[in-house]
Amino acid sequence: MQLEIEDLHIGFPGPRGFAPAVRGVSFAMGAEKLGIVGESGSGKSLTARAILRLTPPNAVLRAKRLRFDDIDVLSASPRALGAIRGRRAGLILQDPKFALNPVMTAGEQVAEPLRLHKGLSRRAARAAAVEMLAQVRINDPAAVAHRYPHELSGGMGQRVMIAMMLAGDPELLIADEATSALDATVQAEILRLIEDLVSRRGMGLILISHDLPLVSHFCDRVLVMYAGRVVEAVPAAELRKSRHPYTQGLLLCPPSLMRPRARLPVLARQPDWAEVA
Amino acid sequence: MNGRRDAGRLRVLSTSAASISITLFGLILVTFLIGRVMPIDPVVAVAGDHAPPDVVARIRSELGLDRPLAVQFLIYLRHLAVGDLGRSVMTSHAVTADILQYFPPTFELATSAIILAVLVGVPAGVLAASRPGSRFDHLVRAVSLAGQSVPVFVLGLLFLLILYVKLGWLPGSGQVGITYEGVVPPITRMLVVDAALTGHWGAFWSALSHLVQPALVLALFSLAYITRMTRAFMFEALGSEYVITARAKGVPEWLVLWRHAFGNVSVGLVTVIALAYASLLEGAVLTETVFSWPGLGLYLTTSLLNADMNAVLGATMVIGCIYIGLNLLADFAYRLLDPRVR
Ligand SMILES: Nc1ncnc2c1ncn2[C@@H]1O[C@H](COP(=O)(O)OP(=O)(O)OP(=O)(O)O)[C@@H](O)[C@H]1O
Ligand SMILES: [Mg+2]
Repeated sequence: MQLEIEDLHIGFPGPRGFAPAVRGVSFAMGAEKLGIVGESGSGKSLTARAILRLTPPNAVLRAKRLRFDDIDVLSASPRALGAIRGRRAGLILQDPKFALNPVMTAGEQVAEPLRLHKGLSRRAARAAAVEMLAQVRINDPAAVAHRYPHELSGGMGQRVMIAMMLAGDPELLIADEATSALDATVQAEILRLIEDLVSRRGMGLILISHDLPLVSHFCDRVLVMYAGRVVEAVPAAELRKSRHPYTQGLLLCPPSLMRPRARLPVLARQPDWAEVA
Repeated sequence: MNGRRDAGRLRVLSTSAASISITLFGLILVTFLIGRVMPIDPVVAVAGDHAPPDVVARIRSELGLDRPLAVQFLIYLRHLAVGDLGRSVMTSHAVTADILQYFPPTFELATSAIILAVLVGVPAGVLAASRPGSRFDHLVRAVSLAGQSVPVFVLGLLFLLILYVKLGWLPGSGQVGITYEGVVPPITRMLVVDAALTGHWGAFWSALSHLVQPALVLALFSLAYITRMTRAFMFEALGSEYVITARAKGVPEWLVLWRHAFGNVSVGLVTVIALAYASLLEGAVLTETVFSWPGLGLYLTTSLLNADMNAVLGATMVIGCIYIGLNLLADFAYRLLDPRVR
């Protein structure tokens, strides 16, 4: 699996003119663990969704290059996109309360990609879905398969999401703040589960979060985004040595799961960080 | 878990039963009071304008109108309990018998109309929501706005003018051509159904062609509402996160639309359709008048114009009961279909 993004721009036409949200993001990745951090509104989600072309319908996308292996995502037909979505790359959203279909059971939702991508019969898909639920370490998966999302806890819901997105055996998993809506203890569990599954399957992972220490702990490499740009791309091990003041700020400021503390410092910003270096 | 769901259903049933009895009592009371405060003297309706005073007094006491209001209400309730709605002055039949005769054609008309409206309105709303801002969307929105703001009788007269008078494609008013009148033995009293059941195919086609126009007019009445609600519900559903999840799984767009988005919307639409169906009974009053359709609506307007109070109250009561019943059904269906509330 090879993902290449070069000079990605995403913007929205609005009443007060065109509003750019992502302004020239470039990166490439293979089967590695890539973290994307940055404050709210910096364009992390849009960048990630662009890989599956799941940006909002009114978004305008432009890029010199946006390729998933040999598929040009921007010009891909619905069929070619269908071959990426769920089959080669999965996307886990923040809150299972909204991201799971409320009127379908967990089993039905996990069985759906199995039927679509593996051509399983209804019955075989149902059995395979229970198997997938077991793989994400849900106790009593056969019973959980019959539950509706409102009958699941947040952590369980997110496990169902992971099972659903891994059902098609993708090569890349995108986790967009996949644990932000969960309790701290559950957060760590889910992250470990994701890391474990991704490593075992030899997949690529894009882990999006506000929490820089956490991301650097789980990832090989980290992209720091600010105002629609990547301001820094560093190997996780060298993050501490980072020179960029914004990265330094992110490292020091937010409350982290990895390093809890009582008082929170304030993040400094400067307009010139948003300019091209 | 099934036990929990069954218990939930039982609870739903009992709260529904409680709310329906309160509503029903309210309906009976209001209908009764309207009957007493109307500026129509039921005695005059029976005896005529020029009856001698002693006759008037006798009829008044025969009708129980000289008793206190509360006693009158109790008597009314007692009659109601055995299905006695009094006698119609106009037809000189029991009102209950009249309603049994006039209700089936209304049911036939309203049911055809709601089926038409659902078959057209739901897909139109879904497709419009899936392409917001497209030409199709604008067309759907313009038509449903027009359908909502044009009164039924205007539409009905327009239809009659074009399809019957100008083009001669469809027959005019009534339920069936004169040559077939009284030919079909009544079974369900829905002419199209009865004709088909008894194999009177000539009468069947005549009745069907008579049904088309009023059913269309009535359908337009709720079509606008059903389309608008479907579009709004679908638009909201398509913007939700679970739709993004479905797309991210690789679900093809038509399945995203019909399985994921529509699957969430259909529960609410059942309610919308049931309410639209109930309001069709209201709409039927005008439509039946325009097309001389021999249904409950026509019966109601005719009795109203003839100051036939028993008939008016009886028909109102029946329509009210159906309205309550459909509301209840809508509520019930909602609670049974939505996994979050059952
Ligand atoms: N549908 C939309 N219409 C208009 N602007 C949008 C839309 N979606 C996103 N944006 C804009 O794009 C910018 C980047 O959004 P994005 O969701 O990528 O941020 P993010 O980095 O994921 O933030 P967060 O951490 O809050 O999730 C935001 O500032 C937002 O204003
Ligand atoms: Mg985001």
